[in-house]
This record gives sequence, structure tokens and C-alpha cells, in this order.
Amino acid sequence: MNIKLKALILLFIFNINYVLAQNSLVEKNEIFKNLRCLICQGQSVADSNSEFAQTIKLIVTEQISNGKTEKEIYDFLIEKYGDWIVYKPPFNKTNFLLWFFPYLVLIFGGLFIFLTLKKRVNR
Amino acid sequence: MKISFTKLTIILLILFIMGVFFVSLSKDSMYNTKNLVGKKLNNVQLKSFTDDKIISEIDLIKNKFTLINFWASWCTPCQKEHPFLLSLKGQKNLHLIGVNFKDNKNNAEAFLKKLGDPYHYLARDDNGKQSINFGIYGIPESILIDENLIIIKKFIGPLSKADLKFIKEKTNEY
Amino acid sequence: MLSTLGNSLLIINSALSVIIIIFGYKNLLKKQENIFNSIFQICILQNTIIIVCFFTLITAFILSDFSLIAVYQNSHTLKPLFYKILGTWGNHEGSLLLWIIILTIFSFLFLIINKSHSKNFRIYTLIIQNFIILSFLVFLLLNSNPFSIVVPAPKEGLGLNPILQDPALAIHPPLLYIGFVGSSIYFSAAIASLLANYEGKNFAISIKNWVMFSWIFQTLGILAGSIWAYYELGWGGFWFWDPVENSSLLPWFAMTALLHSLIVLEKRNLLYFWVILLCLLTFILTVTGTFLVRSGILNSVHSFASDPSRGIFILIFLCLMIFASVIIFFNKYKKTYLALNLNSKETFILINNWFMIFYLVTVLIGTIYPIFTDVLTDQKVSVGPPFYNTVIMPIVVLFLVIMTVGPQASWIKNKYYNLSLLFKILAASILINLAIINFFDSYSILSNFIIISAFFLIIHNLFELYVSSKNKINFSKSISHMGFGLLVLFIGLNHNFSLEKDFNLKLGEKKNFNNYSIEFKDIQLIDSKNYQAIKGEFKIKNSSNSISQSLFPEIRIYENPQTLTYEASIRTGFLKDYYLTMSNIDRSDYYNIKFQKKPFMVWIWISVIFISLGGTLRLFQK
Repeated sequence: MNIKLKALILLFIFNINYVLAQNSLVEKNEIFKNLRCLICQGQSVADSNSEFAQTIKLIVTEQISNGKTEKEIYDFLIEKYGDWIVYKPPFNKTNFLLWFFPYLVLIFGGLFIFLTLKKRVNR
Repeated sequence: MKISFTKLTIILLILFIMGVFFVSLSKDSMYNTKNLVGKKLNNVQLKSFTDDKIISEIDLIKNKFTLINFWASWCTPCQKEHPFLLSLKGQKNLHLIGVNFKDNKNNAEAFLKKLGDPYHYLARDDNGKQSINFGIYGIPESILIDENLIIIKKFIGPLSKADLKFIKEKTNEY
Repeated sequence: MLSTLGNSLLIINSALSVIIIIFGYKNLLKKQENIFNSIFQICILQNTIIIVCFFTLITAFILSDFSLIAVYQNSHTLKPLFYKILGTWGNHEGSLLLWIIILTIFSFLFLIINKSHSKNFRIYTLIIQNFIILSFLVFLLLNSNPFSIVVPAPKEGLGLNPILQDPALAIHPPLLYIGFVGSSIYFSAAIASLLANYEGKNFAISIKNWVMFSWIFQTLGILAGSIWAYYELGWGGFWFWDPVENSSLLPWFAMTALLHSLIVLEKRNLLYFWVILLCLLTFILTVTGTFLVRSGILNSVHSFASDPSRGIFILIFLCLMIFASVIIFFNKYKKTYLALNLNSKETFILINNWFMIFYLVTVLIGTIYPIFTDVLTDQKVSVGPPFYNTVIMPIVVLFLVIMTVGPQASWIKNKYYNLSLLFKILAASILINLAIINFFDSYSILSNFIIISAFFLIIHNLFELYVSSKNKINFSKSISHMGFGLLVLFIGLNHNFSLEKDFNLKLGEKKNFNNYSIEFKDIQLIDSKNYQAIKGEFKIKNSSNSISQSLFPEIRIYENPQTLTYEASIRTGFLKDYYLTMSNIDRSDYYNIKFQKKPFMVWIWISVIFISLGGTLRLFQK
């Protein structure tokens, strides 16, 4: 059993190492999908055919070829158009609750169940 | 029925959520950039309509107030707001810059010839890239800035009478 | 005339609801153990009338009776007959009528099918359900009446949104409504259970088939919506975490948690108050979702035309419903002790519920957070796919592993786990994952975990199916669980191996990239019944196997109403789909082309069918 466990762990590590040899390219399509179109407000820049979307695609492509990182591009557009334009709510004081509340629920829910069950076992 | 602390919290929480929902009914779900004021413009590179000159921040600082108006000949609301722009031409302390957006040169010239040219300076943005720098997303759209290049107000869509009044008051009070 | 008929029927049914409530109350006061015959007769009448009312509206649409505002706003004489009929529920007012039909039919069926249960319980359920029916009838009559007229009657209608002119409109709303509107019956039953003190095993038995039935339809309804979005909307995706989609997903999480907890309630008479809470939660989420969607407070692709007064009605109903159920629940709640062994099936079901609540809270928070920031700070934020994917996906890995191990546990106290088998399956999963990375392409670390845990779940359930079929035990659970594993697997593979290319092309030009070459061969102008179109012909050549396919995307211009749509051309294949959309660029003879290769799309749909299949088999078992 011990050997099996070790073999499994080794297999797993091998798997992960195989994967780590990957470089991350700034995919322009991924960025387009993360931006909202201000004209067709229900669509992403990737899906929208509005003038605005087409112009944004130009700007983002240009910035990528200028070596800007994904975060820099998002920051630039947030500065011009507000937080609304990105689908991923930025990590700041206001949005802190948004990102952490689900995990808080997960942790407290788990604690709650564990303690409720433990109480009975101890009786 | 005795109300415990947990029950009270739950009831208050529900009341709070319902309250927020009620208030949200009176809000508009469409997003606009009207609140993005108070920021400073940078990286201004407006190409002249007629020649190769480029107007940048240095030129804008010279004016007490500048109204940058993005327009095009193919845009119908632009025709509606044009009389308002013409009436602003003589306004003191105010400099008018028109940015012709993704337009055909001949059509733009015909438009101005027919309806009048209110601009002190005419620029062009053929591919729309400069408009992004100003935070523009639709046509027509106008931005009022002061001599420090701080955005005072954004006008989304064609200028209205109220907008005109605001601009006149703002530039008069200087 | 149709309008008068429709209105009269609605008013009669409102009166009938009131009568049922009054008679029901009288019946409760009487000691006798049977239900008045008159109540049954009135219920039958109520059901008949609402069905006739619905057919009245359909008739109005078929006849293009534009004196009715609903028909005027949503139909047109040139529309194909199929869509004239479907247009009946393709709008806010008509769809509410569909809501009421389902509320009414479920009310009656629950009454007569649950003959063996306590009289008080059945009557309380009937009364509460009729309060819901009455509320919706009042809402319909006062605010959203499909039979309200416009004078003088227009000669022609405004037409139905072309995106809605799709066969999926025939099945998506009805499936979903049987799902989440159907959950109203166990909401009512839960309150009835509290009021009538009809608890435990009996209560579980009374609602379990209803929960399963609505869950199956909710699952299929969500599937239909995704398939429709994929084939019709032209962006190549099937889930956008859009508020309207989330509104259908939230009740689904609650229903899934509920149907698992019901097993514990029935078998061991535990978790009663938790089950009640879930019953209440499901329908409350349904109405909350309806509020979010129809009030117009959220920005969405799917929005019905919005009107704040609708929002006020639904919100008031929602408040009354929540407060009534909360007060009754608090009143009747008794602290019970949970006697559970940490290593038992009951605990694992609790863990399932724990994760379901996590998913529910995440999706709920993501959906309503923008409302709160807007109201409280006057700032607008967007919460989109990156949020949901980032928060949920890591937890799914853990969930899949627990989902593999948990169901094997025995009731009360589990003796052992077949650890050696689990290890072998885990090793096999890692090897398969390595093979995929080796022969195809690599992906993120998180995706590795997801693929491995998905295979772990799938393979283990295949074993379970094999064992079950040999021992003639029912295998509905294994089919559903395996379906879920397949769903995660294929979504993961689809996400990682999809190819997307966005470029501009002129007629006659060719674009080469990766293993593909796309040639813009032809443009045709098409003149159809209610639209004109520009149809492009593109030849896609896969250089690795020299297979060519032709795709024909369209740009359609509809007249009534004046709309522009982009019809994707999709080649559905066993292993992958090719997806092409074409859109025009203003003032240019270039067209913007979006080409996508999407692997395993069909398998994603099939996985969901497996999930609901398990539930269906379970329903037919007992």
C-alpha cells in the first residue's frame, strides 16, 4: 500500500512537471472576451460587431504588440471607461466581499456541519 | 414568539436585500461614462483634418475651456446637435475642437459646408484610436475640459439645451 | 371578443381560487378525514378554465387578432404559423399565463395523487398553492394582461424578434417552467407540512417524486437554453453566466441539494427542517430570478422588454412570500440533534448539500452584486465569466473526488472503502490525462486537476454500473453521477482544445493559420419570407487530413421588426463542431470572420442528457 501511494504521488508530480513547461502568451482573443462592449452592453468585445468593439480590438492588438501585459491593458481601459468594462471585477476594497464571501460560506458551512456532527458524537 | 438574535439578523438581512431591490427599480441598468469626470487627459495626439499638424496637450493648455466634440457626417444625431455647437462658437473662454470620427473627407467637408463650421480647430480620427484615449464610445460625444486638462463634464449623445446652458454658465463664471 | 372571453376566464379563475381557499379552510375545521367533493370539482373546473384560457390566447395569435396588445407587440401576419403559436409564450404576458397553467395543474395533480397522505396536509398545500395562483392571476389582470386590448385595432403587428423564431422556443420555456414553477408545489407542501405537523418520512414520500420530476425538467430546460444559445446567438458559446441563465441555475442547485437530502429524510427520518428550508428556498429563488429577469434592473442579453411596474408587483409578492414562510418556519422550528457518524452516507449527502450551497451562493452573489454596488455606491461593476470560473472551478475538483467516494458509503456507519480499487482508478485517470497532454496539447494546472478528477468519477461509476447490472441493483444514481463527470470532462476538453480565429477577409481571399485554410468563395443574396440575407460560402480545409467542409454563414435583415442578425454556420460532428460567423464592416468590402473549432460539443449535450436520464430511471423505479 505504501509503495502504491508513493507510485501514485510520483506519477502525479511527473504529470505536473510535464505541464509546467508551458509559456503563457498574451492571447488577444482572451482579452477581447473579457471586455464588455459599451454599445451592445450584453456582449463582449469579442462577440460584438459595433464600431466601438472594432476600435477596442485595434487598440488592444496594438498594445499587445507593444509588449503590454494583460493587466496593463485592463488598467488602461478601466481608467478610460470605468470598472464596468471588464468582466472580471478588480480586486479592490469594494470587491473584496464579492471574491471572498463564497469561500467564507464554504469554510463556515463546513465548520458548522463538522461542529454539529461532532457535538453528537461527543455526547 | 421570542425573537432570538439569529432570527433578528436573518429578518434584517432579508429586509435589507429587499430594500436594495426596491431602490434598484428606479435605477437605469444601462451603463454610461458620465461619472468619469475629474481625470486629467494625457497622450493627446489629434491629427489635423487638413494637414499633417498634430495638436497635443501643450496646445490645449492655452485655452481656459475646451469642448472636444466627436462627430461624423454619417451620424444623424450629430446633425441635430450642430446648431447648438454653432451657437457656442462665439462663447468667451471656450475653444471648440471637432474630431471627425471614422469619416470620408469629402462627406465631412460637405457636412460642414452645409450646416456650418463651429470649430476653432478641426481634427480627424480615421481609425477611432484617439477616441479611446478620450474614453469615447459612441458618436456624437463631447467632453468639456478646463485649462488643466481636467475633464469637467462628459456629454454622451447629442448636446441638449440643458447641456448648452451648463457650458455657457461654466465658461461665463470664469 | 377573444379578449372578453380571456378576461372573463381569468376573473372566474381568480374567484375559483378564492373559493378553494375558503372551502379548504372550512374543510380543515371539520373533523372528518375526507376532502369535500366540491373541492375536487372546483379544482377540475379551475384547470379546465385555465387551459381554455390559454388556447384562447393561442387562437388570438393564430388569427392575428391585433386588437390584443400582446398579439400586436409580438406577432405579424407574415410570420410562419409555427412561430405564431410559439409567440404566445415568447413574451412576458403570455409566459405568465404559462406560469399560471403549471401552478394550477400541479396544484390539482398533487391533491389527487397524494391520496394516501394526511387530509390536513393536502388541504393546506392546496390552500397555499392557491394563494400563489391567485397572486399571479391578480398580477396578470392588473399589470401584465395578455388580453388587454388596444383601440382601434392595428392592421398589422410589430412582429416577433427573429432570435426567438427558433424551434427551441417551443421547448425551452415549457421545460423550464415545469421545472422551477413546478417547485411551487413543494414550497406549498413544505409550509403545509409545518402547519399540519405532517413531517418526517411521510412528508418526504409525498414530495419526492415531485422534486425529482421538476429537477429532471429543470435540467433539460437549462440544456435546451444552452443548445439554443449555441446554435442561435452566434458567439459559439453555450453558457455566459448571464443573469437570466443564472436565474435558472440557482433553483437547480437548490433542487439537487433537496433531492439528495430527501433520501436521508425518507430513509432515516433526519434533516427534516433542512429539507423544509430547501423546499422554501427553491421556489423563493425561482421568484427572485423571475424578478431579476423581468424587472429590467439587470443588464442582460436575454431581457424581456422591461417595465418597472412589473418589478414592483413581483417584488411585493416575493417579500410577502419570504416573510410568510420565514415567520411560519421560525414558529414551528424545533432544535433537533443530528445523530450522524462522520463516516456515513448521510454525512456525504450533507457534504453534497454543503457544496451545492457554495455554488448557489457564488452564483447568487455574482448575479446581484452589481445591483448592490449600484444602489449603495452609485458605481457600476461587471461580474462575468472570469469571476464564476475562477471561484468555482477549483472547488469542483474537490467536489468530483468526494462525489466518487461518497455514494459508496453505507448508511449509519460505513465499514470500509475499496481503497485499492480507488487507487487503481486514480492512477488510470492520471495516465489518461498524461496521454492527452502527450498526444494533443497541454493545458493549465487547474485543467489537469479537473480532467483527472473527472476521469476518476467517470471510471469509478463505470465500474459501479458494471457491478449494479450484474447484481440487478438500480443504477440510476451511477448514470447521473457519471453524466456529471462527463459534463465536466467535456467542458474541460472543449475549453482547452477550442480554436478561435478572428480576422477580416474579402471575397475571393484565403486565410491560412494553424492547420487550417479558409477560403471566401462566394456571396449570395437571398430573399426569404420575412427576411433578406447575404449568404457567404466558405471552404474550410484541414491540412492535416485534407478534409474540406463548406460553411454558409448569413447576415439577415428582418423586416418586422427591423433587425439585423448574424446566423452562424455550424457543422456538427461526432468529435468536434466547426463554427463560422460573418459580419459586415461598415464602409468597407471586407467582412469580419470568426472561425471556431469546438471539440466535443455534442458530448456536452449528451452528458446533460445522461444526468437527467438517471433521474428519469429513478422516477420509474418505485
